[in-house]
Amino acid sequence: MGFPSSEAPAEPRAQDALAPSVNTAVKIVIVGGFGVGKTTMVGAVSEIRPLTTEETMTQAGVGVDDLAGVEQKTATTVAMDFGRISLSDQLVLYLFGTPGQERFWFLWDGLFQGALGAVVLIDTRRLAASFDVLGQLEERGVPFIVAINAFPDSPAHPVSQLRTALDLPESVPIVNCDARSRASSRDVLLSLMRYLFTLTTTPVPEPL
Amino acid sequence: MTGAHASWDEGSPERLYVITGGRSGGAAVTLDLVTLIVSRSAPQPGMQPEQAAILRMCQYPLSIAEISAYLRLPFSAAAVLVADLIADRRVEARAPVMATSLPDPELLKAVMYGLSKL
Repeated sequence: MGFPSSEAPAEPRAQDALAPSVNTAVKIVIVGGFGVGKTTMVGAVSEIRPLTTEETMTQAGVGVDDLAGVEQKTATTVAMDFGRISLSDQLVLYLFGTPGQERFWFLWDGLFQGALGAVVLIDTRRLAASFDVLGQLEERGVPFIVAINAFPDSPAHPVSQLRTALDLPESVPIVNCDARSRASSRDVLLSLMRYLFTLTTTPVPEPL
Repeated sequence: MTGAHASWDEGSPERLYVITGGRSGGAAVTLDLVTLIVSRSAPQPGMQPEQAAILRMCQYPLSIAEISAYLRLPFSAAAVLVADLIADRRVEARAPVMATSLPDPELLKAVMYGLSKL
C-alpha cells in the first residue's frame, strides 16, 4: 500500500488537537491533473502537516478471458492527502487533495459525497489533463470553481480563452492563484464559498 | 517498536482481515471521512491495540480520515473499528454536515467568516 511509512506519526501531536467543542466538520475536494499543485495547496492552508488516507477500490475486470470461473478483479488503491483548518470553536474544514491517477478518484464515492464543493486546479501548460475531471464533476453534480495555478513558465491566457478551451459556462468562476501561498490558496477557497453562496441564493427557475 | 513487526506487511489483506474481524463495514452507521470521533472512555487492558489507539487519539475530536492516517489503515478498515466502538458506546460520533444538493447558506457564511480570518 502507498502509505508513506517513514513520515506519518502514529498518533496526533498535542498541538494538533482540535478544540473539544468542535462539533461540525465540512470538506472540500481539490482535484486536478498530475503535478498541478493540489498537495501544495492543501499544505499551504492546513494547520496540521498534511496526512494521507487511502481506500482500496475493487473493479470487476473488463474483457478478461474466462479462466474457468475465476472472477477477475482489479484492486486499485486511491490515496488522498488531506489537511485541516479550524474555522471556529465549533467548525472545522477538511481539504482533500488527490495525488494519484485522476481516473480513480471518482470510484471513491465517499470522497465527494457531502462535500461542500470542489476546486479544480489547472496548469495552463496541460489544459487537456483537466477535461476528464471537469466532466466527472459535472456528471456528479458537484459544484466547483476553476483555479489556475501560476507556474513561472505557464503561458498567460486570458480567462475568456480558458473558459472557451475548457468549455465552461459563464457562471463557473475561474480564478488565478499561487498554490504555494497561504493567502492565495485561502482566497481560492473563499471564491468557492462565495460561488456556492450565490448558488444557494439564486432562485431555481420554475420548470415550464 | 518496529523490530518485532518488521516482517508483518502493514497493508496485507490478512492483517486487515484480522483487525476488522473479517467484516467490511456494515450499513448500520454511515461514517464519512470527516465524521468526528470523540472518546467516551479510556482504553481497557486487553483491548485490540488499534481500538485502544483510537480511544487514546480521540480524547479530542478527530476525523476518521485522521484516524485512518495515523493507524495507517484504509479508510474502510478504520471505519469498521470506529463503528464497533460506537456500538459499544466507547466513542461518540459527531456526524458531518452533509451537503445534500447545496449547502446551507448559514453554514457557508460561517466557513467564509472563518477563512477570512486566516
